[in-house]
Amino acid sequence: MDEKKVIIELHNVHKYFHMGNSIVRAVDGVSLKIREGEFIAIMGPSGSGKSTMMNLIGSLDVPTKGRIFLDGEDISTFSESDLAQLRGQKIGFIFQSFNLVNNLTAKENVMIPMIFQGYDSGERSFRANKLMQLVDLRDRMHHSPGELSGGQQQRVAIARSLANSPEVVLADEPTGNLDTKTGETVMDFLQRLNKNGKTIVMVTHDSDLARGYADIVYWLKDGRIEKITKKAMKRRKR
Amino acid sequence: MIKDFFNLAFKNLKKRGIRSWLTLLGIFIGVTAVVSLISLGNGLQLAVANQFGVSANELITVQAGGISGFGPPGSAVVDPVTRSDADAIEKLSSVENTVVRNIKSGQVEFNDNVQFRYVGSMAQNKEDLDLVYTQLNQKALYGKMLKESDSGKVVLGYNFYAKSEEWGGKSITVGKSVLIEGEKFEVKGIMEKKGSLIMDNVVLMLESDMDDIFNFGQIADVIIVRPKDKEEIDETKLDIENLLRQRRDVDKGEENFEVSTPEALLSTVNDVLDGVRIFIVIVASISIFIGGIGIINTMITSVTERRREIGVIKSVGARNKHIFVQFFIESSLLGLVGGAIGALFGTIIGAIGIISINNLIGTDLSLNIDFLLILFSLIGSFLIGGIAGIIPAMKAAKENPVEALRG
Repeated sequence: MDEKKVIIELHNVHKYFHMGNSIVRAVDGVSLKIREGEFIAIMGPSGSGKSTMMNLIGSLDVPTKGRIFLDGEDISTFSESDLAQLRGQKIGFIFQSFNLVNNLTAKENVMIPMIFQGYDSGERSFRANKLMQLVDLRDRMHHSPGELSGGQQQRVAIARSLANSPEVVLADEPTGNLDTKTGETVMDFLQRLNKNGKTIVMVTHDSDLARGYADIVYWLKDGRIEKITKKAMKRRKR
Repeated sequence: MIKDFFNLAFKNLKKRGIRSWLTLLGIFIGVTAVVSLISLGNGLQLAVANQFGVSANELITVQAGGISGFGPPGSAVVDPVTRSDADAIEKLSSVENTVVRNIKSGQVEFNDNVQFRYVGSMAQNKEDLDLVYTQLNQKALYGKMLKESDSGKVVLGYNFYAKSEEWGGKSITVGKSVLIEGEKFEVKGIMEKKGSLIMDNVVLMLESDMDDIFNFGQIADVIIVRPKDKEEIDETKLDIENLLRQRRDVDKGEENFEVSTPEALLSTVNDVLDGVRIFIVIVASISIFIGGIGIINTMITSVTERRREIGVIKSVGARNKHIFVQFFIESSLLGLVGGAIGALFGTIIGAIGIISINNLIGTDLSLNIDFLLILFSLIGSFLIGGIAGIIPAMKAAKENPVEALRG
């Protein structure tokens, strides 16, 4: 078996929501391990609980039942503030609707996560320049998000997700707001990151996308893992 | 890190809509009111004192009734002060000399236009005339002031010359003739501008000429008293009051005459101005308080509008305190901007006020810019913004990242 380090582990995780008088079991007993260097996809139709899964994996939310370990530490033992700090270090987020701060330039957006980890402004600028280079947007880094195309905005978001060199990049429907061609470019960037050793977790409802890029696909239905498919190990060698 | 938050706050404020800026009106008005009030300094006091005809001389005035300043003194008085009162006052040991003045309202005709103006009498011996001039504190702009021998001549206030529209478009100048109550007088001089409605519209003529027209006989509208010792002006005032009570047979507290010193008049003016100042400070306080509420309102709106942004920032590692500080600083800066604009406007209004006062009464006042006050009002408005920002910032900090990300 693969002996790579486990970065995120979900152990019999449940997440329930109260909707009026009924209880919605958004995630209902999921266990999984995400290891270093993997490209994971969590697949499911809308309402399958995949957004909740993503929030839990990203430690934005805590489970109703069960335990989640981020880099070996149980996130339920952290205060909300400490969890934010940990999240800033270990996880980079990419959202479907990019979620860049419109008042700031592309480069400033990339620098935001670094502020909370205490990098000084010189270092922030240096790192942001390199990251903008990485996503091929060095020449557009002083533009505001409104002046960039969707694909460019998502690439800025990728750069932002890498700001603090996280262990995992968590992408929630990263191509959902993009046309097919632009979506492919964005996916190519993610794949390139993965090839360089970055762990990627992608949540999507697009099975072609999941099968096309991910090493392991967790098929989610009604808050449970219905099946797991693995790709041949050809890309896993380092 | 704080520097970064200030940076972010500046960027966010720059993108704010006009709605946010309108909520600053309260703080703006409050600070404007206070700063302009202080910038005027004693200009306001001088301007008002001047309107009341108060000057800084060391003379005492005595008149009948409780009328001071406005209206022809003695005009509505049942029991007037007389020339014999003046003679009696002059005999007091603390008094140097006295002079009687009469002031009446009369018809002035020039270029077939008729206006009603106050006419003031001028004493007819050198010593008394000097005393009157000391009291009036006036100089001739054109021509000369009256001498004791200038029978048949008048000296006019500045407006007779300046406001030609009142005389059919013709200015009254030195050497021209005017008819006063039908009698012809030659204009000997035009007085410089005083900024007081009374003095700028007055006609001055010799006592005997005026008695011929108005027949005031023994009545003295105003007695001007020069005390022997300027330092003991208040004691002299008491002596005069005692004497007049005796002569007019009235009890203390029921005087039908008034003895006033410049200080007393000035303190009346100051009382009035203190009232105005207190009123302005109250208005400013209310307005700043409302301004604070306005900031709370706009900040809460802003938190609601920027939920998604809060969610994003939290997801990339911002602790609750970071979010709090971010919104708190933004709110403080909002207050500061209101205060800064207010301080600027206040200073401008103060400057305009000073220029107007200088033009009106011919003084040479300069703008009183109180940098300490401006600093305090800036710090104050920064703090008010901050205090107003506490509740919205707490609301922002408490946002659940999952909920917030949904927008």
